[in-house]
Amino acid sequence: MQVLLETRALHRRFGAIHAVRGVSLKVHRGEVLGFLGPNGAGKTTTMRMVAGFLEPSEGSAWVDGVNVALDPLRAKTRMGYLPEGAPCYPDMRVEEFLDFIARARGFHGSERKARVEHAITAVNLAMVRRQTFETLSKGYRRRTGIAQSLLHDPPVLIMDEPTDGLDPNQKFEVRQLIRRLGKDRAVILSTHLLEEVEAVCTRAVIINRGTMVFDGTPAEMDAKAPASLRTNRLDHVFRQLTTGDVPGGSA
Amino acid sequence: MIARTLVIARREFASYFATPLAAVFLVIFLFLAGLFTFNIGGFYDRAQADLRPFFQYHPWLFLFLVPAVSMRLWAEERRTGTVELLTTLPFRLGELVVGKFLAAWGFTLVALALTAPVWITVNWLGEPDNGVILAGYVGSALMAGAFLAVGACLSACSKSQVIAFVSCVVACFLLLLTGFPAVQDFFSGWAPRAVVEALASMSALIHFEAMVRGVLDARDLLFFTSVIVAFLFMNALVIDWKKAL
Repeated sequence: MQVLLETRALHRRFGAIHAVRGVSLKVHRGEVLGFLGPNGAGKTTTMRMVAGFLEPSEGSAWVDGVNVALDPLRAKTRMGYLPEGAPCYPDMRVEEFLDFIARARGFHGSERKARVEHAITAVNLAMVRRQTFETLSKGYRRRTGIAQSLLHDPPVLIMDEPTDGLDPNQKFEVRQLIRRLGKDRAVILSTHLLEEVEAVCTRAVIINRGTMVFDGTPAEMDAKAPASLRTNRLDHVFRQLTTGDVPGGSA
Repeated sequence: MIARTLVIARREFASYFATPLAAVFLVIFLFLAGLFTFNIGGFYDRAQADLRPFFQYHPWLFLFLVPAVSMRLWAEERRTGTVELLTTLPFRLGELVVGKFLAAWGFTLVALALTAPVWITVNWLGEPDNGVILAGYVGSALMAGAFLAVGACLSACSKSQVIAFVSCVVACFLLLLTGFPAVQDFFSGWAPRAVVEALASMSALIHFEAMVRGVLDARDLLFFTSVIVAFLFMNALVIDWKKAL
């Protein structure tokens, strides 16, 4: 299987803080990788380095065979990135914003219009297309953020908490979309929701204090929980790996 | 490369008109420009067919109005987090910096263009030297550009538009007055002679006044262009440096 996203011993320091300590990953075509970890574990920092927003202190990130630090422009054309919190321009209308992204991605004329329309349809934004961001709910903002990330049909998608703030119906839709997109792409998404790992991810990586502590399929993660445990099995494994704290009894 | 710069400039330019900022700015600028020219500058009393009273007050108008145009350029992007989106789109940093600057400059040029009635009036009343007036407009546009470059750079330093505004007013004030005794005295006590002399030649006001007199000297053009280039370069450095924090 083709490797579309790779990090080689990524490190990142902020002054005295060593936020990411040697994260090495390979994500293949057709994989949806769930990036898990407690707050402050280094998920966002790692994704920012892959997206080319932050430069690694050491190590390198590769997107579709392109070194992000050495050829950022080419690397950025091959990935879609949803930053944490799905930032947007409050005064802009949804379709204006997507049109700006399409122009930024170098599309012209009828193709530009077609890309915008396709993105609007893909995440069901037709209802709010003429609204400005400041009038949108959190869910719609997030969906517009997702729409801009896949507008140019990139082989690699990097999404920082794509379902945060969505209601259960919206979560369901976005997960379906991600699963569909993941079939012929490499997707990396961060989340706090372990149910999401089971729902959309083909692989899970847990990072704690900047270090990878688990890398495997959701089934493998599940298998690490004691056989006697009936519910919240992934939660149990997550806690065990990130705090060393094993809940007693039949939690 | 130019196409991508224009994509940024286009969005940024449109964003001025998405809020009341554009209307408020244009109305205040035109009102004050008129007030200074006709009431304070004594345009009619001088009975001379030129626009000296009009241009004479531009540095002081720009001192407060230009920072209002530049303050949001980067501070707003940083506050809302869109700077992360912008810098992960396939743009070079230079394209972002120049694109934003061009949008802000374009906007102030619109404001300047709307003062055309003053120019028409003076042509109607007498026979002014339109070459001198053109030189005045070029000087005014370049000075606004220099202030904007300073403002854009300072806007990148902070998430707060208020800080960006205030620091830009102060910086532009110093840029205007470096050649004046009060500022010179401050430096002459301790700074090396060469520095004091260099500062004296860096007063935006002196370069601007030369242009308003109708002299398009290469040194004046070079002064404003270098200020613009230097501050835009620093702007790029600040963006690159700040996102690492």
